[in-house]
Amino acid sequence: MHRFANPARFMRFSAKLLAPLSAVTLICLAAGFGLGFQAPPDYQQGMTVLIMFVHVPAAWMSMFIYTSMAIASFVALVWRHPLAEIAAEESAPLGAAYTGLCLVTGSFWGAKMWGTWWVWDARLTSELVLFFLYLGYIALMNGFDDRQRGIRAASVLALVGWINVPMIKFSVDWWNSLHQPASVLRLGGPTMASVYLVPLLLAAIGFTLLFSVQLILRMRAALIERKIQALKMLEAEQSGGAAYAAPTMRPEAV
Amino acid sequence: MSEFFAMGGYAAYVWPSYGLALLVLGGFTLQAVLRYRAAQRELSSLEIARREARS
Repeated sequence: MHRFANPARFMRFSAKLLAPLSAVTLICLAAGFGLGFQAPPDYQQGMTVLIMFVHVPAAWMSMFIYTSMAIASFVALVWRHPLAEIAAEESAPLGAAYTGLCLVTGSFWGAKMWGTWWVWDARLTSELVLFFLYLGYIALMNGFDDRQRGIRAASVLALVGWINVPMIKFSVDWWNSLHQPASVLRLGGPTMASVYLVPLLLAAIGFTLLFSVQLILRMRAALIERKIQALKMLEAEQSGGAAYAAPTMRPEAV
Repeated sequence: MSEFFAMGGYAAYVWPSYGLALLVLGGFTLQAVLRYRAAQRELSSLEIARREARS
């Protein structure tokens, strides 16, 4: 894996990957939602079951992205790896987006099926905490003049905050909740009819691939932006900016 | 067709969920593409300028 962890290699490898990955993403999303919209209304939930095909993959993504962000942050903290730093930093806004989507679609679903937009129970609260962890990470990353300090502070938050991910997953088993327990990722296998399970899994694969396309684009952009910065610095030094950067006469010497 | 859009009386809950998903996921994808293209353009114009300055 570390063969691809070199920025130059990443640029070459991801350039080849981008087009086929986008194509497979579109196919999975089209198949998932195409089948999803043909699924019959649920005997209890009616057509609100369609909300599931957005809500559940978004919820899975919110935890998956946070976990990969925590792993990348660990690598960034321990080995100061530039690509891991960029991967974690560029993941955070995407993670916040999927988490927000999960919370709002859940609210729409709950409004009809539970009769309430929001309850402060374990599942919903821990997911909201996850949303704020993403925002906190972004704020820390941008909150320091010294970029290295920002990266360190944000990485520590990402690692410590990861404890929230298993709390979200098992909250419905550990505490009483309005939220239903797991019906797909559980011991003993899924309890969902395949007319819903197949489109759900296709949508989930589609969301995962879409995230990888978004992340690759953002990481490539970030790497190019760094190169632009480095070039501009070099330019400034060569065109006499050096005197500006290192003044020969200090104010106190006058 | 209108039955499909009515979503069994749940239209006001189902369609906003899909609309938001399209807006958020599409928006982030579009933003990533635009940012990537802008960075590429700036880099290539910088590199051309440097090459011209050297020659």
